[in-house]
Amino acid sequence: MSTLRQPSDRVQFIDTDGMPLEDVDHPSMTDDTMLELYRDMYLARRFDRRTVKLNRTGEIGSFPPLYGHEAAQVASAHALEPEDWVIPSYRDHAALHVHGLDLGNILLYYKGIEQGNAIPDDVNVFPINGSVGSQPPHAVGLAWADSLVNDSESVYACYFGDGATSQGDVHEAMNFAGVFDTPNVFFCQNNQWAISVPFEKQTAADSLASRAQGYGFEGIQVDGMDPLAVYDVMRTAVEKAKSPADDELRPTFIEAMLYRLGAHSTADDPTKYRGDEPPEEWQEKDPIPRFRTYLIETGRLDEEEDDAIRSSVEDELADVIETVKSTEPPDPEQMFDHVYEEATPLLEDQREQLEYLRETYGDDELTDHE
Amino acid sequence: MATTDSDQDTQSLTIVESVQDGLRSEMARDDDVIVLGEDVGQNGGVFRATDGLYEEYGEDRVVDTPLAESCIAGAAVGLAAHGMKPVPEMQFLGFSYPAFEQIINHAARLRARSCGQYSCQMVIRTPYGGGISAPEHHSESTETFFAHYPGLKVVVPSTPYDTKGLLTSAIRDPDPVVFLEPARLYRGFKDEVPEESYTVPIGDAAVRREGSDVSVFTWGSMTPPTLEAAENVEDEISVEVVELRSLSPLDTETIVESVKKTGRSAVVHEAPKSVGLGAEVTARIQEEALLYLEAPIERVTGFDVPFPLYSLEEFYLPEATRIEDGIRTVTEF
Repeated sequence: MSTLRQPSDRVQFIDTDGMPLEDVDHPSMTDDTMLELYRDMYLARRFDRRTVKLNRTGEIGSFPPLYGHEAAQVASAHALEPEDWVIPSYRDHAALHVHGLDLGNILLYYKGIEQGNAIPDDVNVFPINGSVGSQPPHAVGLAWADSLVNDSESVYACYFGDGATSQGDVHEAMNFAGVFDTPNVFFCQNNQWAISVPFEKQTAADSLASRAQGYGFEGIQVDGMDPLAVYDVMRTAVEKAKSPADDELRPTFIEAMLYRLGAHSTADDPTKYRGDEPPEEWQEKDPIPRFRTYLIETGRLDEEEDDAIRSSVEDELADVIETVKSTEPPDPEQMFDHVYEEATPLLEDQREQLEYLRETYGDDELTDHE
Repeated sequence: MATTDSDQDTQSLTIVESVQDGLRSEMARDDDVIVLGEDVGQNGGVFRATDGLYEEYGEDRVVDTPLAESCIAGAAVGLAAHGMKPVPEMQFLGFSYPAFEQIINHAARLRARSCGQYSCQMVIRTPYGGGISAPEHHSESTETFFAHYPGLKVVVPSTPYDTKGLLTSAIRDPDPVVFLEPARLYRGFKDEVPEESYTVPIGDAAVRREGSDVSVFTWGSMTPPTLEAAENVEDEISVEVVELRSLSPLDTETIVESVKKTGRSAVVHEAPKSVGLGAEVTARIQEEALLYLEAPIERVTGFDVPFPLYSLEEFYLPEATRIEDGIRTVTEF
């Protein structure tokens, strides 16, 4: 990989004003790919903003916005191949979508409908996980299984945040990954906040990426609001996981430095613990206007094309949201369907009990908890 | 009996405000009491259960920790062993499981395994239960895990008055207490709560409604719908409602007395039925009052499924109609 780059030597290709940094080799990416990145980032932003409104109007439940994470998620997921996997946390909507999951699935999950986490067989993503820091061990196991039973070159990218890195499971997973040399990328979105707890109270260290040294593999920091830098770092990590050099281990720990521009969730009020507005030095890194400026200044996008992208995004979202709005809650008896492969006799009895209650009293009365 | 005078000054508080008030008064009374957990400081807790304490007692006594339930509980074990009285918060019961090792293998048994040299005077506070349209893992009711293990006490209030009184008892208790707060009732209603500190003893159930035909045992969030069900059938069936409040130790005496009086009983809880605490209540009744029983004991509970995402939670959780159905079943037997 990037020969002995220090973890704290943050990778960045685009400056804060959106101008290409000089003296760096920009990734060999086609213009079309760059525009795809841009469109997906814009889609992520609009999906996020519209979903927060859906929460406000009671259409969906508590929702964790990804505002500020667009470049990190979109660019990292674009760097994956179709055979690779995304093992998400709960804020990784854009990474999941770029890797093939319908946005409707994500909305259904946050509408409290289990079917949202029923992922089509041809989409290589693991179910959304709301229990902080618990999924990295699964990512290791999934990758490990490949090396044991499959002849596969899939890479398993595990997404989590800065708060999660304080959990024992995250440490244990990375240690396993080093020991068993599994093809994992641990993609940490360091958004500076674990709900109300700022990064400087989460750890006494300056860098999370430097922890990788303790696991025997490489760690690297990247500007997580610079999509080109994220793509480059992720691409290198994926290639290394698939075919490491003789003296390299497969796993990489990437720390994408960014800022949670929104609330932790729609149930959270950030003004309780931080200023009304995100700090200016982070706002000016906002990946959407920054990348847009880059594309325009380098002649890859003009206003007309930008308008076309924006309006196609709105159309796409309108369809998704309409479908989700009109999705009725599932049949209550579905709660018994997937407890075991085959429902036990006891569960069948309880299913009948629910049926009896519904027939006897009606759904309205049975669900009247006021 | 609660140790308070009825003529003292009171304030009208919700359950979540009563948690704040209970913590505040014990922190004022005893410098060794400290609060620690995720977002408990500046944010005042995600439910605001610790709101204002950070401003009042500072960051040394109201501690925002890194996001690590295991170490929150484990550090509390060490703090307690060296004389502090920590009150760690688990943000939701469903997120307490990384701390299970520390709570079970250490907090619960440090006294036993050190032959009494050390104890763990700590209170693990956590909201529990469904009915709040929350995301996955935020609606758990797994009190049985903790009530099962010797060395821990487990209490669950359902009123603002009991909340402060039980929390005060828990903080002063020399042994570790798991203090379960019914999230759904946090802001449900207000009660007159004494401004002075007072205790509600751990281990005492409360007879919330006297009756002669059937005894219904419940706790926490299921108490209001159980009382509602009792009221709905009062013209036909005289229902005694006993709120357990303390799940470990259980107030066997009050349970058994009630059943001896009515001869019929039901247990209501939102946790899954199998190996739920209703099973323990039922076992105690048959041990102590089998010959008084005129009908099998009915259990009205959540189903034996993982707590569903919120679109189905109203079908999962018992409410008054289902509880009435259970009361009729045991009465008409």
